[in-house]
Amino acid sequence: MKLTLKVWRQDNVNDPGRFETYEATDVKDEMSFLEMLDAVNENLIESGHEPIVFDSDCREGICGTCGLMINGQAHGPQKGTTTCQLHMRKFHDGETVTIEPFRAAAFPVVKDLMVDRSAFDAIVQSGGFITADTGGARDANEILIPKTAADASMDAAGCIGCGACVAACPNGAGQLFTSAKLAHLGLLPQGQAERWKRTEDMVETMEMFFGSCTNYGECQEACPKEIPIDFIAMMNRDYLKSKLKNRKLSGQKY
Amino acid sequence: MSTITLDSKVPSGPIQDRWDNHKFDMKLVNPANKRKFTVLVVGTGLAGAAAAATLAELGYQVKCFTFHDSPRRAHSIAAQGGINGAKNYKNDGDSIYRLFYDTVKGGDFRSRESNVYRLAQSSVNIIDQCVAQGVPFAREYGGLLDNRSFGGAQVSRTFYARGQTGQQLLLGAYQALMQQVSLGRVELHTKTELLEVVKKDGVAVGIVTRNVATGDVQSWSGHATLLATGGYGNAFYLSTNAMNSNATAAWRAHKQGALFANACYTQIHPTCIPASDDTQSKLTLMSESLRNDGRIWVPKQFDDNRPADQIPEEDRDYYLERKYPAYGNLAPRDISSRAAKVVVDEGRGVGPLKNGVYLDFAESINRLGKETVFERYGNLFDMYERITDEDPMKVPMRIYPASHYTMGGLWVDYNLMTTVPGLYALGEANFSDHGANRLGASALMQGLADGYFVAPYTVGDYLAGLLGKGSVSTDDPVFKAAEQTVHDASHRWLSIGGTKSPEYYHRELGKLVWDYCGMARDQNGLEKALSEIPALREEFEKNVRVLGNPDGVNQSLEKVGRIADFFDLGELMCRDALMREESCGGHFRVEHQTEDGEALRDDEDFAFVGAWEWNGAGTAQTLHKEQLVFENVKPSQRSYK
Repeated sequence: MKLTLKVWRQDNVNDPGRFETYEATDVKDEMSFLEMLDAVNENLIESGHEPIVFDSDCREGICGTCGLMINGQAHGPQKGTTTCQLHMRKFHDGETVTIEPFRAAAFPVVKDLMVDRSAFDAIVQSGGFITADTGGARDANEILIPKTAADASMDAAGCIGCGACVAACPNGAGQLFTSAKLAHLGLLPQGQAERWKRTEDMVETMEMFFGSCTNYGECQEACPKEIPIDFIAMMNRDYLKSKLKNRKLSGQKY
Repeated sequence: MSTITLDSKVPSGPIQDRWDNHKFDMKLVNPANKRKFTVLVVGTGLAGAAAAATLAELGYQVKCFTFHDSPRRAHSIAAQGGINGAKNYKNDGDSIYRLFYDTVKGGDFRSRESNVYRLAQSSVNIIDQCVAQGVPFAREYGGLLDNRSFGGAQVSRTFYARGQTGQQLLLGAYQALMQQVSLGRVELHTKTELLEVVKKDGVAVGIVTRNVATGDVQSWSGHATLLATGGYGNAFYLSTNAMNSNATAAWRAHKQGALFANACYTQIHPTCIPASDDTQSKLTLMSESLRNDGRIWVPKQFDDNRPADQIPEEDRDYYLERKYPAYGNLAPRDISSRAAKVVVDEGRGVGPLKNGVYLDFAESINRLGKETVFERYGNLFDMYERITDEDPMKVPMRIYPASHYTMGGLWVDYNLMTTVPGLYALGEANFSDHGANRLGASALMQGLADGYFVAPYTVGDYLAGLLGKGSVSTDDPVFKAAEQTVHDASHRWLSIGGTKSPEYYHRELGKLVWDYCGMARDQNGLEKALSEIPALREEFEKNVRVLGNPDGVNQSLEKVGRIADFFDLGELMCRDALMREESCGGHFRVEHQTEDGEALRDDEDFAFVGAWEWNGAGTAQTLHKEQLVFENVKPSQRSYK
C-alpha cells in the first residue's frame, strides 16, 4: 500500500517546527509502524535528505522508548499497543497519516519526534523505591504476600514509562505514571515502611513538572499496558493520608 | 605480539569454599577512604545498575553512563521468562550444587567451574535481594513464591513475574540506582555513549563519551571502569536484541588491549517469531516458558500445505519428543534450535515462507482449559497476535530460532577484571559463566550476581591498592588524544558522502554472519566469510552515507560507528569459529558431529577459552588460551535423551 505521511520536523527545542509531507511506498501489512518509518528514512538518506529522528529500542513493547502521536492518538489506533508493536495492517492504502511527537509541557522536543522524558526519572528519584541496600535481605519466603496483592502490585508495576498517559491527557498530567509506581510499591508489605513519605515526595515532585488531573480518563485509554486509573484514586487517598501520617511519623504528638 | 599470560586468578581449595575464602582474602577499603575513589559504570542494565547502586551504597563515588534516555530502557527489560535461584522451595531436589552442575553441563563443559559455582551460590541471595526491593514475583495463594521449570532443567527453580521478569528485575535495580542518585552518591549521565576507553601506562584511567543529544564529546576519569554494556547479538542484524544494542564499548576496550573471548559462542534462541519479509528490523522472542505447555511439531511429509488443524496426529512429527524423550520440548536451547533447523532445511517448515515450526497449545488447552492456558501465557499470545495477526489459542504458533544472547565477550578473570588493569566487564559483556551455551533464566541471574554480589567486592580489592593515588586529570594528553580520535572518526564518517544508508550495510553484514556463522558452520563457509566481510567493509567505508553534522542528535552517526565495530566483531566470530575445530553448545561445526547429528566436542584439544588479542585494524588477532580444568563435573557427552 501507499501512504502519505505528514511528519513533524523540528531541529531543536527552540525551533518552531513544521509539518513535512512524505510518501511511503511499498508498505506491507506485516511491517510495524516503525519499520515503515525505517524504510522512509532509508529513502531519505539515499536521496540526500536528513532522516526523521524518532526514538525506539526494544521494538517489543516493553522498554517504553518509542512513542508517537499517530493521527492525534498516543501510540496510534490499536488499544493496548505501543507504536513499535502497531502493524501496518491497521492502515489502508491511500491514507494520510499524521505523525507528531508526544506533546506535553513536561516533555520538551529534542528533535523531530524525539522528546525528553527525564521528568519521569525525577519522580522516581524523589521516592520511587524501597530502601534495601544490597546484602541485608532476609530469606525471600519469609515475607508472605497474598497472591491478590502480588497480582495487583504487578498490574501497576507493568508500566513501561513511555509517557503516552501524559501525551494523551489534555492537562499533560503525570498522575497515571506516578500512581502506578506508588501502587506497585504501596501494595506490597515491603513497601509499607516508606509508603507515606514516598507518596508525599513523589506526588509533590510530579506537581513540579506536570499539569493537574481532572479525571478525563484519556490516560488509561492511551496506556499501552492498560493500567487503570483506579491507581490514581489510590494515590489521591494515600496522598491525603500521608499529610497526616507523615506529621505523626516525624514526631508530632497530640 | 605481546606476551600475555592469562591468569584466571581462580582461588584454590574445595569449590564450595573458594568464593568465601576469596572474599576474606581480598583487601578492604575503609569507609572514610571509599569516597576518595571514583568508579565509572557504563551501562545501566541489570549488571550495570546493580553494580552502580551497590558500589554507591558502599560509599564509592560512582559515575554512571547510559546512551538511553533513562536507565530503565536497557535491554535487560525485555527478558521474559524468569530468573533461576537454587532455593529448593519446591522440594524437588534442587541445590546450589545441582544448579552449578546443570550450568556447567548446559554450557557444554566450556565454562570455568569456579565462576559457575559462585554464580549458583549468589543466585540464592539475588532472590532475597529482589524481593526486599519489591520485585513482584509470582506468588502462590498461601503467599509463598511460585516457581516454574525452564528449558534445560528438570527442577522448578525459576522465579518469574508474569512474562516480564526482566522488566521487574531491572526496575528494582533502576530504583535502587535512582535512590543513590537522589542521595548524591551516583552521578547519572543519560544519553551519553562510551566511544573510547582511555589507558595510561597500561592501566584504565577513564573513558571518552559522546552525548547523543548534544553531540558533546567529553572525558571522564575514574580509578576503575566497569563495562556492563551487553552482548553483540546485533552482529547478525536480525536478532532479538534491541535496535540500539551494540558492542561498541566492549569493542573499543578490546582495541585498547582487553582480550575478547569465545566470540563464536552465540546463542540462537529456539522460540522466536519467524521473519516475515526482508524489511524486518528485528525478531521477537516468545518466552521459552511456552515450551512448558506447548508441543513442537512439523508435518511428517515434505511440502504439506494443509492448515495445521487438518493435519491428523499420525502425520505430525513431534520431533523433540521423539529425539529427546527425557527432556522432550524442554530440551536446551542449542539442541532445540538445531533440531528446528534440521526439519526446516529438510523442507518440512511451516508458514507462508516455510521458515518455522509449530508450537501447539491444543493439547494443553484440552488438559488445563482455555482459562488456565491464557492466564499463563496471555500476554505472550497477545504480542504474537499483534505481530502475526494469528491467535495461538486457535492456531498453533509458528516459531523459529533467532540470535538472542552471546556467551562470548571480554575475557575476565575470577575478579571480573579484563586484561587491562582497572577495567572490568560484567553481565553479558563478559565471556563469563555460560560456557558454550546458556541455560534459560540464567542471564538475569548472572547480570545481577556480577552487579550486586561480585564486582562490589572485587573492585574494592583493586582500589585498596590505589590508596593515596589520585585519578588522572582529564586534561592529560591521554584523554585529549582519545577525544581527538572520536572527533576524527565523526568527521571521517560525515565526509564520505556515499550512496547507501548505514542500515543497508548492517543488513548485508548480518546476512553474511548469519549464513556462515549462524546455527551451523563449516570451514568453507567461514573462510568465505573471512574474505567477504573485509570486502564488504571496504565498500562500506567508501560508500556509506551519513548526513548532518556531529552536533546535536545524529542517529546515523551513532549507528555507523556501531556498525563499523560489528564488522570487526563479525570477522572475529568467524575467525574464532574456524579455529574451534569441534562442536560445542551454540557452536556447531558440521564437520564435527556424532552419527545422529549431535555436537561432538573435542576435550583433548579444545577444552580452553579462546581469547583474542587485537593487533590493529586489518591484521588478524592473536589467539591466547586459558585451559579449562574440570575437577568437579566430569565432561561427558551431553545427553538429553
